[in-house]
Amino acid sequence: MHAVSPPLTPPASGRGTLRSDLAVIARNVAPGTRVLDVGCGDGALMAALRDSAGVDARGLELDPTNVAAAMERGLSVVQGDADIDLADYPDNSFDYAILSQTLQTTRHPDRVLEHLLRIGGRAFVSFPNFAHWRVRASLLWGGRMPVTQLLPVAWYATPNIHHVTIDDFRSFVRERDIAVEGSWFLSKGRPTSASAANFRAEHAVFLLRR
Amino acid sequence: MESALDQRFGLNRRVTLPGPLKLDGGVLLSPLDIGYETYGTLAADGGNAILVCHALTGDQHVAGDHPVTGKPGWWTRMIGPGKPIDPARHFVICANVLGSCMGSSGPATINPATDKPWGMSFPVITIRDMVRAQAMLLDHLGVARLQAVVGGSMGGMQVLSWAATYPERVEAAVVLASTARHSAQNIAFHEVGRQAIMADPAWRGGEYYGATPPAAGLAVARMAAHITYLSEAGLTEKFGRRLQAREAKSFGFDADFQVESYLRHQGLTFSDRFDANAYLYITRALDYFDLAEEHGGVLANAFRDSKARFCIVSFDTDWLYPTRDSRAIVHALNAAGARASFVELSSPFGHDAFLLESPELNRVIDGFLRAGQ
Repeated sequence: MHAVSPPLTPPASGRGTLRSDLAVIARNVAPGTRVLDVGCGDGALMAALRDSAGVDARGLELDPTNVAAAMERGLSVVQGDADIDLADYPDNSFDYAILSQTLQTTRHPDRVLEHLLRIGGRAFVSFPNFAHWRVRASLLWGGRMPVTQLLPVAWYATPNIHHVTIDDFRSFVRERDIAVEGSWFLSKGRPTSASAANFRAEHAVFLLRR
Repeated sequence: MESALDQRFGLNRRVTLPGPLKLDGGVLLSPLDIGYETYGTLAADGGNAILVCHALTGDQHVAGDHPVTGKPGWWTRMIGPGKPIDPARHFVICANVLGSCMGSSGPATINPATDKPWGMSFPVITIRDMVRAQAMLLDHLGVARLQAVVGGSMGGMQVLSWAATYPERVEAAVVLASTARHSAQNIAFHEVGRQAIMADPAWRGGEYYGATPPAAGLAVARMAAHITYLSEAGLTEKFGRRLQAREAKSFGFDADFQVESYLRHQGLTFSDRFDANAYLYITRALDYFDLAEEHGGVLANAFRDSKARFCIVSFDTDWLYPTRDSRAIVHALNAAGARASFVELSSPFGHDAFLLESPELNRVIDGFLRAGQ
């Protein structure tokens, strides 16, 4: 079994402060909609969406400690595995499906993505960019698998089993006729341009639609 | 405190309702006795009622002292001041299930048609019949809607049956260490218990009231069941292969091992407080339970009309109703689009974990119940 947690970016400094990719998603979810957050962690994004935008948020999370923490916040979260349990959700049962920093930990990212687009009208997907210059430098000059702020775990312990770059993802959605309705590229929490994203962005957020 | 003066509310209550209660087996049961307790005060708008459903051999004394044993209620860890279910905020109701022997109609109560105990002529009941009886009690108490229905094990089956049978009356459902269907293995263990009771010469076809009850058979039934409530790791940690009050094996059939002595004690104390025929009837109700079967073979259909929030909890060492049983419920809830939460908690104590001290369980249930307010 792969792990959705630990978080692949440093946790937000306190309640009310969202990780930068989650903040992007939170700003772009329409109020009053129905959202499924896959790999929802302790429910920080769901709580923010519920409290600030009246969103009906449900979560799926592998780690039981995270699930319990989210349930303590009064959130509806199911302990489960994105690779297995997404199949149970009916078509178009949500306005948005969200997969933040989880795609690269799934056994079958392609199937997980198809489920997201089936379950939600739109899907937000965020992931760390394996083509970031720091990662490239680590491999090129050090000849070692990178351990960075965004990829903080050594090769043998990392939950990331399908490393993906922004350009990989762009061609992936193009080949599958998935529409990109929005994309955001972040470096140290700040936006960076789309053209140089594959080199300069630490992580990316895509808003997809079938 | 107007309600404190209302004789319907309070500890150690027993009511005889006219019925009739139409049972799944086709029989009309009337009148209908129900033993129950309430804690706290029903809010003016009736919105704070929580029904707690007890397990196989439990009773209505959920948070008050037991009148016979003098022991505190069986779920004071969950219900009480500062606990997730708090009589200061909630109006708590717990009723003895139909078929049991603590004040509700069952094989030990008097059949008004014959003026003798029902014995084995009591009609066979189901989990849904228990739930219908509870609904009649709520009508009597003036409780239209339930803020939550909460229960573990057989109590969890009643919770599921509540959500399916009275979807308009249930706002939230908490199902702990339970299942939507009794498995072949579950039925097999119960059959061992029932055969032990019926093999006891004192059972006499169930006609033992006023005579010696089949205590030995009931004790064996309890011993077999009790093993299923614990985990192998828990038993090993508690007893291992240690000997009981002796230095060496006796090369006989005394209770050489501590675990044997423990089980014998559990069996004996149980037969002091429980009726053997009630054990037969309630285990039968459990074995018949298959919520999907009642809904066209598709479990999701059971929840189609429910607007309730659901909280499902399993324990990783529970092999009586293992986590996969809870997952089957969660899958059905997801398929039905219900608002479901599910977590598997870690505990060394097996099925019984839901009754024991568990800060994590308390936090989860507290958060879940507060989210509905």
